[in-house]
Amino acid sequence: MFTANKIKDFLIEIGELSYFTSQFFKEVFKRPFEFKELLRQCYNMGNRSLLLVGITGFIIGLVLTLQTRPTLMEFGAASWMPSMVGISIVREIGPIITALVCAGRIGSGIGAELGSMRVTEQIDAMEVSGTNPFKYLVVTRVLAVTLMLPLLVIVGDAIALFGSFLVENVKGNVSFMLYFNQVFDSLKFGDIIPATIKSFFFGLAIGLVGCFKGYYCKKGTAGVGKAANSAVVFTSLLLFIIDFIAVFVTDIFYDL
Amino acid sequence: MTENNNIVKQDIVLEIKNLYKSFGDNHVLNNFNMQLFNGESLVVMGKSGSGKSVMIKCLVGLMEADSGTITVMQNDITKLDHEALDILRADIGFLFQGSALYDSMTVRENLEFPLRRHSDKFGNDLDTEKLVTEALDSVGLVDAIDLMPSELSGGMKRRVALARTLILQPKIILYDEPTSGLDPITAKEIIILMQNIQKKYGTSSLIITHDVDCARVISDRMILLIDGTDYATGSFKELSTSKDLKVKAFFKQ
Repeated sequence: MFTANKIKDFLIEIGELSYFTSQFFKEVFKRPFEFKELLRQCYNMGNRSLLLVGITGFIIGLVLTLQTRPTLMEFGAASWMPSMVGISIVREIGPIITALVCAGRIGSGIGAELGSMRVTEQIDAMEVSGTNPFKYLVVTRVLAVTLMLPLLVIVGDAIALFGSFLVENVKGNVSFMLYFNQVFDSLKFGDIIPATIKSFFFGLAIGLVGCFKGYYCKKGTAGVGKAANSAVVFTSLLLFIIDFIAVFVTDIFYDL
Repeated sequence: MTENNNIVKQDIVLEIKNLYKSFGDNHVLNNFNMQLFNGESLVVMGKSGSGKSVMIKCLVGLMEADSGTITVMQNDITKLDHEALDILRADIGFLFQGSALYDSMTVRENLEFPLRRHSDKFGNDLDTEKLVTEALDSVGLVDAIDLMPSELSGGMKRRVALARTLILQPKIILYDEPTSGLDPITAKEIIILMQNIQKKYGTSSLIITHDVDCARVISDRMILLIDGTDYATGSFKELSTSKDLKVKAFFKQ
């Protein structure tokens, strides 16, 4: 009985999220466009996540290279390091790690902010003043995170590759030009385009789930905490599902 | 045409007929009826959880009633589409219980916010700066214009929220527990402010409260909301001297 109720609640939530998503696509093309608020949100989400994404990317690049190097050395394939690291970061590790970091940083932030606005009746106040709160709060935030995430992924990828280069430079005396020539030689459109498209969907998922959880937050401060927490948990799960679908589709089109 | 406390009751600006609202098995509003006349201060009093806030939220379309009609200035809001409701909302000010100031915006931005949607109400004469200053002046807080809500006290927040409701020059102001959470002195200041605003702008006021002192000072007429219905109606004096036990319970100190 308990499991049946859990499944029922989960399916209801999926249904509500689907309706919320359809509302987003309905409102996104309708006037008035909230450009000023969109730019403010882009700045908040992009600029303020940059440091975290940069540090995470740098450490991932360092660690990945340090961990892989001994194995490649054993097979005499240390010269393949830039290609291997380049492809794995651009195709998979960069987008998913950046998205997970942003789910924690941005998704929970949106959930908590909208949740507290709901609890303190600020969303009701907007509606009473004649402003469409869905358009002003939800559409701008979802668009901002959808637009910013691919840019953050690019920055994260670049910093991760730089971290990897530092290890190669110190341990293998590889020059900057040689390292990055090898990285770009091994990368194809089939690596970059799907990863970028995937990042848009990651951004969309983070924005939609964060806004959904916050916008329909139950009353009380406990509800705000729950909204922030469940936004991160649900988004993280969704990111892996999207990732799986993206890899599956890419495999069909690009024959990985 | 009837008269009560110098209010000439000829124009009904707001009317609720046979309003029902339930949450599952909890019947919050059960055939509730009321009328608000032009220029009147009507207080709806009820215990906590009696459905006062539900009723006032149904009035502005924040909640949908199960059945019944709500007519605001000859418009049945239960039949209006979203666009028409938004236009009508420019004539209805709403003071929220917790002030509901947008905490990421300054006081100025809070006051400018309603003008984004309803600037056409002022035609070409829209002078945002003047409107904001005038509204803040009405509540005596011009100096707070560039402060953030987090820098304001509870009483100041309530005043700024009041200024925000005034900025669109509404014909009706709905007050949801205007004095709750305030100390007695600040509560009295807010009540005086509400009276001054009513005199200055000639608005009609619907005040939801459980504060007997507030009701005594501000009401032209009162409705007691008991068991989801308009149990008793009359002036403060009439109700406070009533022999009905349920009515008497409200006025026991």
